[in-house]
Amino acid sequence: MTPAVMAMHGWRIHALTGDDAWTIATAACAAVACAVLGCFLVLRRMSMLGDAISHAILPGIVAAFIITSSRGVLPMLVGATVVGVLTAVFSRAIHRWGRIPEDAALGVVFTSLFALGVMMIAWVPRDVDLDPGCVLYGLLEFVSLDRVVVLGVEVPRALTWLAGTLLVVVGVVWAGYKELKVVSFDPGLAASLGISVALVHYVFLGMVAATTVVSFEAVGSILVIVMLIAPAAAAHLLTDRLAAMIWISVALAVSSSVVGYVLALWVDTSAAGMISVVSGGQFAAAMLLAPRHGLVSKALGRAALAFRISREDVLGILYRWHERRGRGDPGAPPTTREISRAIGGAVLTQLAVRSLRSRGLAQSDSGGLRLTEDGLRAASGIVRSHRLWETFLAQRLGLPVDHLHEPSHRVEHFITEDLQRSLHRDLGTATDPHGSEIPRSASSSSSPSSSPSSSPASDPRPGGVG
Amino acid sequence: MIAETWDIILLRDSTTRTVVAGTALLGLASGVIGTFAVLRRRSLVGDAVAHASLPGVCVAFFVVGDRHFPSLLIGALVFGLLGAGCIAAIREWTRIKEDAAIGLVLGTFFGLGIVLSGVIQRMPGGNRAGLDGFLFGKAASMVSSDAWTIGGTAAGTVALVALLFKEFRLLCFDREYAASSGIPVLWMDLLLLALVTTCTVAGLPAAGVVMVAALLIIPASAARFWTENLTVMTVIAGFFGVASAVVGTMVSATVIGPAGAFSRGLPTGPCITLAATAFFLLSMVFAPRRGVVADVWRLFSLRRELALQRPLRRVLRVDSPPETEA
Repeated sequence: MTPAVMAMHGWRIHALTGDDAWTIATAACAAVACAVLGCFLVLRRMSMLGDAISHAILPGIVAAFIITSSRGVLPMLVGATVVGVLTAVFSRAIHRWGRIPEDAALGVVFTSLFALGVMMIAWVPRDVDLDPGCVLYGLLEFVSLDRVVVLGVEVPRALTWLAGTLLVVVGVVWAGYKELKVVSFDPGLAASLGISVALVHYVFLGMVAATTVVSFEAVGSILVIVMLIAPAAAAHLLTDRLAAMIWISVALAVSSSVVGYVLALWVDTSAAGMISVVSGGQFAAAMLLAPRHGLVSKALGRAALAFRISREDVLGILYRWHERRGRGDPGAPPTTREISRAIGGAVLTQLAVRSLRSRGLAQSDSGGLRLTEDGLRAASGIVRSHRLWETFLAQRLGLPVDHLHEPSHRVEHFITEDLQRSLHRDLGTATDPHGSEIPRSASSSSSPSSSPSSSPASDPRPGGVG
Repeated sequence: MIAETWDIILLRDSTTRTVVAGTALLGLASGVIGTFAVLRRRSLVGDAVAHASLPGVCVAFFVVGDRHFPSLLIGALVFGLLGAGCIAAIREWTRIKEDAAIGLVLGTFFGLGIVLSGVIQRMPGGNRAGLDGFLFGKAASMVSSDAWTIGGTAAGTVALVALLFKEFRLLCFDREYAASSGIPVLWMDLLLLALVTTCTVAGLPAAGVVMVAALLIIPASAARFWTENLTVMTVIAGFFGVASAVVGTMVSATVIGPAGAFSRGLPTGPCITLAATAFFLLSMVFAPRRGVVADVWRLFSLRRELALQRPLRRVLRVDSPPETEA
C-alpha cells in the first residue's frame, strides 16, 4: 500500500475519532506484547534476534500467502513462526559448524531469508497487494477499516489477533516467570535446578516469532524492532529489578503508542514511523535523565566526588603547614594559588577553599589560609588515613619509601573510620615510614560535633577513583 | 529480448558496463571491509548504519529540493555516521549492550526516515519513487555518473584498507598489543566504523537499505571457511564480493519477474544477496578442512580408523599377559 492510495482515501483527519482510538489500541497491544518479551531479549543480549526474525519471516509469510492465496492470519502465523524459529536454529548451526561469530551468522541468515522473501513477492500476482514497502512500514493507518464483530462490538480484526497474542504472552510469562528469569540470568543454575533450558529457550523464541508476525501486519517490521528493544532498554536504565523493568517498559510502550499516533496525525505522516521515533526519544531521555544510570546523574556524581576530593586535598595541605609551624618552622601560610599549584585544578580549588571557609573550617591569615579548630579536626582524619596507608604499604607490602605517597594520596579519600581503626590496631605504630606522626582518631580526641560531611573518615561511600 | 540479454551479459552497452563496474568495485570494497567488520564482531553495525542513513536521504531531498544523486549520498553519509556515533555512545556511556544499541539506532533512525518520507510525499511535487529505490536497490536506474561516484568511493576505501592493513590486522586480533605498539586504537576503531559506514552508504543505491549489510557480512563469512590467514581471507572475501555484485546486477537487469510488484526487472539488492548466499552455501559445504563435506569425511575416516583399531586391540589383549595391561 503506497501513500498515494492513502491520499485517495482522504487521509487527513485532525481530531481523534473512534477509529483512531481503535488504531491506538491496536498499536498499544502490539507494543506491550513486544515490550514484555523485549525485556528478556535485552537482558539476554539477544536484541538483534528480534531484528533478524522480523526480517527473516518474510519468506514464511509470502509462502503462506502463495499457498493459500489469501491474507488469512493463521497460515501466515504458522509459516512465519516456523521460519522465525528456523532463523535462530540456522544461525546457531552456522556459528557452531563454521566457527563464524554469532552476529555474522545471524546476519547471513536473515539477510538471505529476507532477500528470498522479496524475490518471492516479485512472483506474486500483481492484483493482490503485498508491497515490500508495507512490510517495513506496516499498515497501521488502515487497521480500523478491516473489522470483525466480537461480542456485539465491531473491532478491528488485527486488534483481536493482537489482544489474543498479548494474553498468551502475558499468561506464559506470568506462569513461567521464575523459569524464564533463572534461564535469562544464569542458564547454568537453571540446568542444575532441573529446568529444561532448551525448552524454555525455544518456547521463548516461538513467542518472539509469533508476536513479531502478528504485530508485523499492523505495525511493520521496523516498529516491531523498536518495540522489542527501546522500551525494555529504557526501563533497564531506570530500574535494577526485573519485575519493575517489565512494568516500566509496558508503561513506556503504551505511552509511546498514544503520543506517537497523535503526533503522526498532527504532522500528517506515517504513524508507525512516528511511534518509533517517540519510543527512541523515550530511550534518549532515559539515557540522559535516569536517576542512577543516566548520563546527567553520573556526571553530577563525578563532579561531587571531584569536589570532595579537592576539599580534602586542601585540608591535607593546610594540616601539614600547621604541623611544620608546630615544629617551630616559621613560614607564611599557603595561599590559594600555591595550593592550587600543588593539587591542580584552579577553579575546583577556588570552589573548595570557598566551601571550607563558609563551613568555618578554614580562615584567612596574613595573606594565606589557616585551619580553624574544626578544620584541624577534619584535616587530621584525612592525614591520618594517608599515613596509616603509607605505613601499611611499607610494613606489609614492603614498598620502598619513595613509592608510598602516590598510592596513599589516592586511597586516603576512601578509607572509612572503621578501617582506620583496624589499620591502627593492626600496625601498632604512632609514626609513618617518613617519621611523621600519625594523627589520633578525630572521634576519640574531640567532641563528635564536627560536621560529618566534611570529615572524610566518616564518609562511607566507596568511590571509583583508582 | 534474447539479443538484449546477450548485450547485457557481454557488456556491449556502455551504461551497463559502467554500472556493472561500479557495483563490482562496491562488492570488492564491501568484501574487504566486511572481513574486518566480521572479525571485529561489528557485522550488524552495517545493517544499522544502512537503516540510519534513510533520514539523511530525506533531509538532503528537503535541502536540495530534487533527487541530486551526490547530495542524497552525502545526506545518507552524514546520518550514517551519526547513527554509528550513537551506537558507540550508547555502548560506552550506558549499561546497554552493543546489540540493543544497534537495534535502537536502526529502528529509531529508520522510523524518522519513514516519518520524513511521509512528509515529502505530501509536499507539492514531492514523489518518493526515487527514494524508494534506496530501500531495495535499483542498479538499473543508475546513470553512469552515479556508478562512477560509487565506484570511486569504493576504490578509495579499498586503497585505504591496503595502506592500513597491518594496523587493522592488529586491531582485530590483539587490541592491547596494538595499543602498546603505539597504534591509536580508538581512532583506528572509529576509522573502521567510518569505512563501514562509507561502504554501506555507497552501496545503498545498488543494494538498498535492507540488503546492503548482506554484502558486508556474507562474502566475508564465506571467505572464513577457506582459510586461517587474514590476507588470504581478505582477498577471497573481495573476490566473493565482486562475483556476487556482478552476478546479482546482471540477473536483476536481465530477468524480468513475471508480473511482479516491480515494474522493470528484479530488485538488485535481493539478487546480489542471494548470489552471495549461494557462494556462502557452496563454501560452507565444499570448503577444504572447514566445510561440511570435509567435516563429515573426517568423522567418517576417524570412525573407520577406530573400527580398524578395535580388533587389533583385542588381538593385543589376547597375546599379552594380563598383568602388563594395567
